[in-house]
Amino acid sequence: MIRVVLPFHLRTLARVDGEVRLDLAAPVTMGTVLEAVEARYPNLRGTIREHGTLKRRAFLRFFVCQEDWSLEPLGTQLPEAVVNGQEPFMIIGAIAGG
Amino acid sequence: MSIIRLLIGTKKGAFILTADGLRQDWSISGPHFAGWEIYHLKGSAVDPNRIYASQSSGWFGQIIQRSDDGGLTWNTPGSSPEELQGPGGFPKGESNKFAYAGAVGTHMWYDGTQHPWEFKRVWHIEPSLTDPDTAYGGVEDAAIFKTTDGGKTWQELPGLRGARGALWQPGAGGMAVHTILLDPKNAGRMYVAISAAGAFRTDDGGLTWKPINRGLKSPYQLPDPDAEVGHCVHRIALHPSRPDVLFMQKHWDVLRTDNAGDQWTEVSGNLPSDFGFPIDVHAHEPETIFVVPIKSDSEHYPPEGKLRVYRSKTGGQEWEPLGKGLPQKDCYVNVLRDAMAVDALEPCGIYFGTTGGQVYGSADGGDSWNAIVRDLPAVLSVEVQTLR
Repeated sequence: MIRVVLPFHLRTLARVDGEVRLDLAAPVTMGTVLEAVEARYPNLRGTIREHGTLKRRAFLRFFVCQEDWSLEPLGTQLPEAVVNGQEPFMIIGAIAGG
Repeated sequence: MSIIRLLIGTKKGAFILTADGLRQDWSISGPHFAGWEIYHLKGSAVDPNRIYASQSSGWFGQIIQRSDDGGLTWNTPGSSPEELQGPGGFPKGESNKFAYAGAVGTHMWYDGTQHPWEFKRVWHIEPSLTDPDTAYGGVEDAAIFKTTDGGKTWQELPGLRGARGALWQPGAGGMAVHTILLDPKNAGRMYVAISAAGAFRTDDGGLTWKPINRGLKSPYQLPDPDAEVGHCVHRIALHPSRPDVLFMQKHWDVLRTDNAGDQWTEVSGNLPSDFGFPIDVHAHEPETIFVVPIKSDSEHYPPEGKLRVYRSKTGGQEWEPLGKGLPQKDCYVNVLRDAMAVDALEPCGIYFGTTGGQVYGSADGGDSWNAIVRDLPAVLSVEVQTLR
């Protein structure tokens, strides 16, 4: 089970409380996690990744096991601690602006 | 008795203010979409409970919201499970997808080079006058989009950018279609205004557009006195009984046209400053117009620290200050272009919001004003619904 932490504004938009929990088949990558989040909550499409290009929006970051994975290729497999739910996959609004 | 509903977009959410026809006691709901920038909300003229809202964020991009019950509940259009499935089973979720039609193209950049169009946000949503599922979206970078399915999907009307779009250039606030006016007497005619490109008109429902900027003078911005595009138009307004007459607040200058934009004439007259953002027309007097003079483009606040609406009952040139009930000292707020609106009651009500978070209303045509609410986030837009 994958645990995904969304930023406050995306939780309210998707109307979810707390973490999102996903069951995904291996191999689990950042890309498959994001696709699963967008499939379950389609109104998040375009808010994490741009429509069309699927590029990460500039002021969002992806954190895995306390490390910034924002620049890693989406096909990178996530570590076992995230795949088994010990650690969450975190989508964070960058600390920028007001 | 009538009900007045104000739709207020702010930097940190939307608010809905409601009063009966006396317009004295207001109830306030919100913030809706707390923390998000709400550039604009507007209700359908044919189904007032249908309200569209543009919700955006520098972090998360654009969201379109729609209410079908007068603002009590909101949904991103097409977000029910059955509506979301695409042909291949993958969810659509495209109410926030604003893709420019065809090749993206380029426009003028600050350094004179060409720069690709990049969608940033929806500034203004203008619902159709006849169909609640149809609406137009004015966006940054400047373009106009149309939905015919209640906001589930949006398609660009690319003819607008074909009106010399390569020469358009952003102003300090970006380059956006911020005003859309629908002609109630001519279904094919629409007007838009763009900073900093000018005003444009279509007579064929948005297929083709032409610049309508003859008579505008912008000497320190555009050395060419006959420049067809490039003017920083802040706002245009019309009275529905006389849609060929338009009033304009330009970056500097207040102007009017009596021939649907073919020729403009300056009517700034005795205004203390002809810089400003909003302009609107009295609901029952087509020659009565309202502006809020701002000291200058370098000092975005009222002259002398006195917040005054100026009214002309002669369609311009002769203006009178209206300050009763408004702060007359130490006031340094701005009133943005989409933040003024009029209701349809008699006497006409006028409303505007400030960057200081106040929403002021007048229930007597502008003679006197009251603060309806004082401490909202910075107000980006004000719309009125007159419900009977």
